[in-house]
Amino acid sequence: MLKYVLKRLALMLLTFVIIMFLCFVLIKSLPLPAIEGLPPSQRDLVEARRIALGYYEPIMTQFWIFLVNVITKWDWGTSWYVDKMSPAFDVLWSRLPPTVLLNIYSLVFSIPLGLLLGIYAALHKNKWQDDVINIVIMLFVSVPSYVYAFLVQLLLCSGESGLGLFPLTVSSLSDAGGSYFSWTMFHSQIPAVLALSFGEIAGLARFLRAELTEALSSEYMLLARAKGLTQRQATWRHAFNNAMVPILPSIIGSFVSIMGGSLIIENIFGVPGVGNVFLMSINMKDYDVYMACNAFYIFIGLLANILVDLSYGFIDPRIRMGE
Amino acid sequence: MENINRDFEFAQKDAKITDLKFDTKPIGYFKDAWIRFRKSRAAIAGAIVIILIVLYAIIMPLVSSHGVDTTDGVYQYKRPFDANLASIGLVKGTYTKHCNDRAYLHLQMIGAAYEDYNGESINAEKAINSEFNPIRGESEPYLVNGVRYRDCEVQDYYESGFRYYQITVDDYEALRSYEAKTGLRLLYPMVDTTLVESAMNTNDANYWYLTKSGYPVDQNGNAIREAKDLGKAQDIYLRDADGNVQFYQIVASNSVKVRIFYWNYYFYKTGHIPSFLMGSDDQGRDIAVRLASGIGLSLILAVSTFAINFVLGAIYGSIEGYFGGWADLIMERITDILVDIPFIILASIVKLRFIDTNQMSPMMALIFAFVVTGWIGPAYRVRTQFYRFKNQEYVLAARTLGAGNARIMYKHIFPNTLGTIITASVLTIPGTIFSESMLSYLNIVSLNSGDITSLGTLLSTGQQYMVSFPHMILPPAIVISLLMISFNLFGNGLRDAFNPSLRGAEE
Repeated sequence: MLKYVLKRLALMLLTFVIIMFLCFVLIKSLPLPAIEGLPPSQRDLVEARRIALGYYEPIMTQFWIFLVNVITKWDWGTSWYVDKMSPAFDVLWSRLPPTVLLNIYSLVFSIPLGLLLGIYAALHKNKWQDDVINIVIMLFVSVPSYVYAFLVQLLLCSGESGLGLFPLTVSSLSDAGGSYFSWTMFHSQIPAVLALSFGEIAGLARFLRAELTEALSSEYMLLARAKGLTQRQATWRHAFNNAMVPILPSIIGSFVSIMGGSLIIENIFGVPGVGNVFLMSINMKDYDVYMACNAFYIFIGLLANILVDLSYGFIDPRIRMGE
Repeated sequence: MENINRDFEFAQKDAKITDLKFDTKPIGYFKDAWIRFRKSRAAIAGAIVIILIVLYAIIMPLVSSHGVDTTDGVYQYKRPFDANLASIGLVKGTYTKHCNDRAYLHLQMIGAAYEDYNGESINAEKAINSEFNPIRGESEPYLVNGVRYRDCEVQDYYESGFRYYQITVDDYEALRSYEAKTGLRLLYPMVDTTLVESAMNTNDANYWYLTKSGYPVDQNGNAIREAKDLGKAQDIYLRDADGNVQFYQIVASNSVKVRIFYWNYYFYKTGHIPSFLMGSDDQGRDIAVRLASGIGLSLILAVSTFAINFVLGAIYGSIEGYFGGWADLIMERITDILVDIPFIILASIVKLRFIDTNQMSPMMALIFAFVVTGWIGPAYRVRTQFYRFKNQEYVLAARTLGAGNARIMYKHIFPNTLGTIITASVLTIPGTIFSESMLSYLNIVSLNSGDITSLGTLLSTGQQYMVSFPHMILPPAIVISLLMISFNLFGNGLRDAFNPSLRGAEE
């Protein structure tokens, strides 16, 4: 088991470095942002900084410098434009709380609901309740999340066309009294959480419904009934446990991917999160911050994959890893 | 031999033996799939909706009088209006406005201005019943904090009313002769703008009457508060020494300022009355036509991505699956790495590296971004199918008969994988549409230039004005939701039809 985990981690690191290398080459082969427009004194400064950071070295040398800096000093470069002169990693790290908070709320809200809907649909398979839930699930899975965001804004947030219950955008930290956990902050986050949750709920419900219906029609259920369990007991003790085997890993996966957040929802609700800094770095051509964001997204994706795979082994001892 | 019936004859003695012809027709793989597909009502509904949306995208630009890029300086943010449908009570171009008395009377005065063509007198009854009175319906007045309000149904286009234009004398003559020919009223009396109460409104040609604190006043300077008294309102037309109203004001040599009734002027300019089936956007462009163009772009993008992924996936997957061993191992490692690249990073790199440097057009770059990792899904499925079929007896038979690798792969095994790969590729279409709209919404890739627009661009424009003008965001939002739902239903139907064993399985 340990050997398998180590092997996976090593492979993950290798993949990470390869993808980072590809990104690095593609980005570094771009022309540097023009500095002709700057006043002469600043131009010299920027030029000097570029030379000091090795921007005119061959790309392979630059990548080596980059790797060494990251490994020895955890230095992902310095922001040029987004947040001038602060370390690129700090720029990214400081934007993490709004994103993570929003997504945790969303998961806390959607996981129980999704599971309940899925169980309900599976227990009422092929009855009208199941049909209704299926249609709702199909709608929620297919309709893009930003359409919910618009609807939520239109119907719940706007005072002109809707109920005006919530602000249109998420409050900034200073508006919310300097705390991420104040009521103002939470209140303004509700619409974004709702918009994030619809898809999650539907996805989970669909997944659980499929797994649970399969489990309910298995032969061990017949055995459980034959040995005297009621349908309810058999469902909870046997079918549900078995149905959760593939679902728990996916939930673990979504807990990891929450750090990545949702670019479009953050954009619509004005959340100053990771997605926001990513978009800013693209638009301002702040390549150091951009590379740090890339690294972050790639890492999150890989980590989620590994955790999902490994958690199968922990959740269900029958599944042997690495054989 | 004695027991044998003497009537017995040997059938094959002279005749050739052939099989009986089947009375029924054989059912092949695709026919079989089609029979199953036909039975799925959801999939058929999905297919029909897709066809309708495609038809809309093709037909709308042909029948519409607007171009994708035709802008209008006045009719911006206008609600949906279509003259034919309005006559049966649909898309009337109206919206509900909460009017206090001032706003209410101001709107009534637009109708009055239309009727007061010669600047002779204001007739309250004619004004209220005017064809171009913006108020098409009103509620009983109600009080809010002691202020009287009405909920008025306001015609958005009539509300624009009059405009000042600076035109050449030749244009003025042309307008005049057009008026004489058609009887349409274009030019209205000029206003003495020095008499307009608020300096903010001096450029608004709809302020053509004397006001005090915003209310129209009668000749004694008393404010008018009821629509029926509007006849007493005082105009502030520009008049010459004899008291005749002036229809133009000379501003420079050969250039005059005129006051034009925009509805009729629009007809004069374009040859048709204003008609925006889904309203107009922030630059006065027709949303219905832009929507069609956006759908077209999204579908072209999705279908070309689908086709490329299909071909690449088929070739890569079949080589992997057929040859196995080292080839498979190395090729799998390549896909392992590619599949771990988040799409958003791919898209942003393509933007920075190829679009911003003008090495690729946005469209090409976007297709490229979708293709880099998009073929992996189909390839994976083809590979699995090849592993399944490559050791079967009929392949061995073909090889024994001397068939080469290529022939076995594409003549014998590949047709078996077709259903799976078509399904897998069709199911990527909604993803492509979603990703495109997301990228252009976030302005990472801008597919908006001239005649081209995309659903994502429409959404992001609509989102800016969503609260005040929801009609701008609803059409693209509804269409993209419909497209996603129908492609999912259609794809699921195809999957069930081609692989009945997978029915109900979700991925």
